[in-house]
Amino acid sequence: MPSLKDLKNRISSVKSTQKITKAKQMVAAAKLRRAEERATQARPYTERMEAVLANLSASAKGNPNAPKLLSGTGKDETHLLIVATADKGLCGGFNSSIVRKAREAIARLQGEGKTVKIVTVGRKGDDMLKRLYGDLVVWKTNFVEIRQVGFEQAHEIAEKVLSMFEDGEFDVATLFYGKFKNVVTQIPTAQQVIPAEAPEGVETPDLKGAIYDYEPDETEILRALLPRYVAVQIFRALLENVASEQAASMTAMDNATRNAGEMIDDLTLQYNRARQAQITKELIEIISGAEAL
Amino acid sequence: MADKLHFNLVSPEKELMSADVDQVDIPGTEGWLGVLPNHSPLMTTLAPGMVRIRTGSDEARIFVRGGFAEISPAGLTLLAEEAMKAEDLDAAAIAQKVKDAEEDLADADTDEKKLAAQQSLDRLKELQAAL
Repeated sequence: MPSLKDLKNRISSVKSTQKITKAKQMVAAAKLRRAEERATQARPYTERMEAVLANLSASAKGNPNAPKLLSGTGKDETHLLIVATADKGLCGGFNSSIVRKAREAIARLQGEGKTVKIVTVGRKGDDMLKRLYGDLVVWKTNFVEIRQVGFEQAHEIAEKVLSMFEDGEFDVATLFYGKFKNVVTQIPTAQQVIPAEAPEGVETPDLKGAIYDYEPDETEILRALLPRYVAVQIFRALLENVASEQAASMTAMDNATRNAGEMIDDLTLQYNRARQAQITKELIEIISGAEAL
Repeated sequence: MADKLHFNLVSPEKELMSADVDQVDIPGTEGWLGVLPNHSPLMTTLAPGMVRIRTGSDEARIFVRGGFAEISPAGLTLLAEEAMKAEDLDAAAIAQKVKDAEEDLADADTDEKKLAAQQSLDRLKELQAAL
């Protein structure tokens, strides 16, 4: 039976934890709103890009001179996994679910006898992956010192990945991130970025019978477009990741706050009972002492 | 819509401009293009330069770098990796930056640093040339 003082201490410590989780929840809610806004603002560019690419790739298909970024290297030997996670914890199962998805993919690919290389984006994913697959990590980056992830960072990652592709270091690249569906649901997603899969279901503008002129020619444009498309996809994944992280963090902190509240109630009840028991005990002692006289 | 051109300028981070205008001059890699309403469908890569957007007697100028232009019956869309409004650019400040970059280049001791300095200098010079 814990003493009254112990209980009191525990209650006050749980209370201060609750204050922290509550504050973190509110911060996450505010950040989530901003992150969602940024994800929405980035959408027009991605959509236009997809439309342009869908348009071009349809005509480039079957063309033996099509850029490798679109048609692939013709091999399927070495896979590069780009695992994008958050830099911070306190966001429930967000990071671990992305890492789990990546781990499953690694196990499957290795089972098939393929070579796997890993690029980690974000500190948490790196921490979790390096224990098991430390020797597979070829490059890592994080945004600990960056307040707001911008296109610049996505570009940097894309450039690194593309230069590795140019050097023939891998055949297929897949991006892992948390897709933001809504505030309660974030889906860990694997998306193939190289070779680029032409987006489906994209509306191409009605040209009213006219055909596009290309300046310079189609292959040149495609060649310039594809690296950017990779960067844009990474950028979108990063933005979605930020939104997902904040949403997951908000939910986790909300739960934590509620749990702390329940715990405080329980402890208070226990405290009151213990106090009551002590009073009763004291009374019995006094009364039986008086009776003995 | 018939005598106006729908113009969209989007950067990866957000949509910068969406308006109905009279004419847009864009710096294509193969030369300047003056785009008027009802232009035939065209797709081109962009050279770094100043985009001029004319609406009535107004003219807006925006510096773009890296990207594409797509002209379809729906209008003109510029996908620019970087875009800056001309009025936000200060010729004197840029001249100063060019000078700094030149000094950086002279100070660079490794190949890597030299490359980085040369790149930033080139970018600034493009900007200066466009102004």
